[in-house]
Amino acid sequence: MAFQILLNVFIAFVWMFLSNSFSSATFIIGYLLGLIMLFMLRRFFTSRFYLGRVWAVIKLGGIFIKELVAANVAVLKVILKPKLDLRPAIFEMETELKQDWEITLLSLLITLTPGTVVVNVSEDRTKLYVHAIDFDNIDDAVDSIRSTFEKAILEVSRS
Amino acid sequence: MTEMLINSLIVIFISVGVFFILVTAIGLIRLPDIYSRAHAASKSATLGVMSILIGVFLHFWLIEGNFNPRIILGIVFLFITGPVGGHMMAKAAYFSGVPLAKETVRDDMAPLVDKEATKKEQL
Repeated sequence: MAFQILLNVFIAFVWMFLSNSFSSATFIIGYLLGLIMLFMLRRFFTSRFYLGRVWAVIKLGGIFIKELVAANVAVLKVILKPKLDLRPAIFEMETELKQDWEITLLSLLITLTPGTVVVNVSEDRTKLYVHAIDFDNIDDAVDSIRSTFEKAILEVSRS
Repeated sequence: MTEMLINSLIVIFISVGVFFILVTAIGLIRLPDIYSRAHAASKSATLGVMSILIGVFLHFWLIEGNFNPRIILGIVFLFITGPVGGHMMAKAAYFSGVPLAKETVRDDMAPLVDKEATKKEQL
């Protein structure tokens, strides 16, 4: 991915030299032309076309903000309820993610989800121990994490 | 007209932030154990301080005409470090043996701590 971006910047510079005008407008035009070229030549790269991954990162950012707001409304409800009837629990969930940065990102996202905080990551990095503030069903909790966050992170890291 | 709109936006952001910080404080008093307090501290405080900073940023940008990128950087840093802080406190508390609240229904980490203890005894 980094290689494709570098190549795109290089094409933009070549465009600036070709048109003999060194302004940011020319750079942007060259960058867009380079984008089209890289899209046409995408089958010669080992990884996929990089705009897809950029879009996945933007989507992940959107999920981050949405979950932060939802989590705060959930905590608000728990705290301001006149009678505290919490059922806290620590449950364990397995993760498919392999690399360290993916697991870090997943635990950040889980910590920002409504009602869950990651307490520990197991030594072999296959399990996460999650503290839930109001726990009813382990399968639901794991499924909701898996279907949203893990999928979004896998979408970013897929080559 | 636009000035009023901008002003009300700023007021909304800052009052939402202050409200969430108040909720954090109430949660720290009301919740039963350190783990559920970590929930309140790591989420509400992050969003509260973030929206206050957004309000301050909008005020200086739209009313005083001073675009200050340092506030944006501050928001990003808070966003990254807030949840990590909550996680580290919960983890440190668990491994130093702070008990869970009595309402707790399930604890998958108990065998892990036993293993750590036996490892220490063997050493």
